[in-house]
Amino acid sequence: MTRIAEFAVEYIQFLDPAGKPTQDIPPHLAEAEAITPMYRLMALTRTFDAKAIALQRTGQLGTYASSLGQEAIGAAVGLAMRQDDVLVPSYREQAAQFARGVTLEELFLYWSGDERGSRYSGPQFDFPISIPIATQSCHAVGAAAAIKLRGEPRVVVEGCGDGATSKGDFYESLNLAGVWHLPVVFVVSNNQWAISVPRSRQSGAKTLAQKAFAGGFEGVQVDGNDPVAVRFAMDNALERARSGGGPTLVEAVTYRLQDHTTADDASRYRDAEEVETAKQSDPMIRTRRYLESLQAWGDEDEAALKEECGRRVQEAVEAYLATPPEPPEAMFDSLYAELPGALTGQRAEAIKENSDG
Amino acid sequence: MAEVNLVEAVNMALARAMEEDDNVVVLGEDVGVNGGVFRATVGLLDRFGKERVMDTPLAESLIAGMSIGMAAMGLKPVAEIQFMGFIYPCVDQLVCHASRLRNRTRGRLGCPMVLRAPFGGGIHAPEHHSESTEAIFAHIPGLRVVIPSSPSRAYGLLLAAIRDPDPVIFLEPKRIYRLVRQEVPDDGTALPLDVCFTLREGTDLTLVTWGAMVHETLQAADALADQGISAEVIDVATVKPLDAESILISVEKTGRCVIVHEAARTAGMGAEIAARLCDEGLLSLMAPVKRVTGFDTVMPLPRSEHYYMPNVKRILKTCRELVDYA
Ligand SMILES: Cc1ncc(C[n+]2csc(CCOP(=O)(O)OP(=O)(O)O)c2C)c(N)n1
Ligand SMILES: [Mg+2]
Repeated sequence: MTRIAEFAVEYIQFLDPAGKPTQDIPPHLAEAEAITPMYRLMALTRTFDAKAIALQRTGQLGTYASSLGQEAIGAAVGLAMRQDDVLVPSYREQAAQFARGVTLEELFLYWSGDERGSRYSGPQFDFPISIPIATQSCHAVGAAAAIKLRGEPRVVVEGCGDGATSKGDFYESLNLAGVWHLPVVFVVSNNQWAISVPRSRQSGAKTLAQKAFAGGFEGVQVDGNDPVAVRFAMDNALERARSGGGPTLVEAVTYRLQDHTTADDASRYRDAEEVETAKQSDPMIRTRRYLESLQAWGDEDEAALKEECGRRVQEAVEAYLATPPEPPEAMFDSLYAELPGALTGQRAEAIKENSDG
Repeated sequence: MAEVNLVEAVNMALARAMEEDDNVVVLGEDVGVNGGVFRATVGLLDRFGKERVMDTPLAESLIAGMSIGMAAMGLKPVAEIQFMGFIYPCVDQLVCHASRLRNRTRGRLGCPMVLRAPFGGGIHAPEHHSESTEAIFAHIPGLRVVIPSSPSRAYGLLLAAIRDPDPVIFLEPKRIYRLVRQEVPDDGTALPLDVCFTLREGTDLTLVTWGAMVHETLQAADALADQGISAEVIDVATVKPLDAESILISVEKTGRCVIVHEAARTAGMGAEIAARLCDEGLLSLMAPVKRVTGFDTVMPLPRSEHYYMPNVKRILKTCRELVDYA
């Protein structure tokens, strides 16, 4: 018998849950200048998140998917990307989207059920949030193929959950990315749950990162609650993709601290104890502790940050709530580049039927 | 006797079918421990065990495809697709396999599976959670497409669907999952899969509909009665195969027909019904056949979905047109 192939999955962690370095941090990532922007973004996302839930509970927002506890991934991913890279997100990547320039107001609009929430004023090539799980993996490799065809130094970053890695779309995309050597990074936010289905019932594989090996490229597992680890893995993956080295899969291990969405009740299927334990690994705590250990953060900074996040979120809420709904004809006006003549009658009908008369 | 709503009736039928026949198994995303995101499968795991109530990985093509495999081996899988918006990966398996396994093998293998999915708008659900695309499935030869609109019809039709030897797409109008409660005897009585239900008799006009729109249509019929117009209301229930006969008989009596569906207009089931009326009922028609439907647009997100949904006002206006026509 000859061994013809061997694979190993690396696990990366720099900060433990208490914010203590578990190994030497590469100098450019060790300093406060590298960490603070991520921390600030995580805090903003958490403030947004709490507000979104409060709005939903009071009937002022639609069903909402919280990213509580997963902010480090989005912050590190979003800030690692260049502006002309392309993000292909799922619905739980608020921090990454904010980093990319999607506005708080836009995400409020989206979750209120308003299409204008996906007409991003910032990143013009980023994809809208994908609700049908894993379907966006295919878009990501398509976008990467377009970039490769044109020889541009851009990278596509796809985000999805642990459940998504069970879908054919995901495997099919990994396969193509590997065989065509595409400039794409797959970021799997493994938050241990796909609604009520635990990670252990989703896949028999020891890691989700190892799915990359079947596609012919590298997968790494990182502590997704450690922004330094995520950032490190992303920097490597983006650099590899940008320089023609092909795709990478980054499995970021985290935990979904909230219900799946505001329409869910996780107490039906998971123990409160498990959630309490997971709270010990909260990414905010370790990031702050680490910054404090660098003497780069204190109570005053924290208070100022809280105030700033609260103010920005409040401004966005007010702008969102002051946005009147679209008129009925809006459902026709972006349907095609130009409305086909066959539909002008229906457009007029929709306006008439929805007028008060 | 139990008073149940539509989703509880679904649950009751599932339990009854599993009780009656060991070959009946339930599978899908979150159907086990969680009891389904709409609670349709609640209690089944405890009662029938994890061998027969299976939480699958997140993979719809797999759910449809493995149901075919199970069905061919003699099980009777009842698979849940969490929302109709995520059913499309199943279309490959349905078109290429489920609908034709019997035909391809000239009867050697059958495919007694049921694919259940909640569908329809009006509950302010997120993107992709509100469409009505029953016509896509009705277009596939070899499938049955069944849509209950009351607790008792949900119970009886689901039992029939599970017992049927062929693949059935069972679409549950989630807007009315909890709208009304009805006494439904849990006596295992199935309803026929190929006849319409006449919910209200009338002489001036036939209103044909299915799913959640049955409720707006019945309200419209009430309002018409106040105006001295007698409307017959037909719940198609089994949109495929279509019981055109019952509709034709009704229109023979009334001479007028309005079809109401939430789905987009073009190539919807309304078009098929209108075609059958032209084909076989032209001489009984006193006025054109009209449709009150969703628009040919992408289903708007919640803030604008009310612009899209057919409502009582639109139904009444169209009925008025027909009565004034002749
Ligand atoms: C194709 C598809 N099937 C089912 C659903 C319903 N659904 C929404 S989220 C979800 C679980 C997703 O789990 P995971 O990929 O781990 O992402 P997470 O929600 O945990 O971030 C399911 C089943 C969907 N949106 N898309
Ligand atoms: Mg998950």
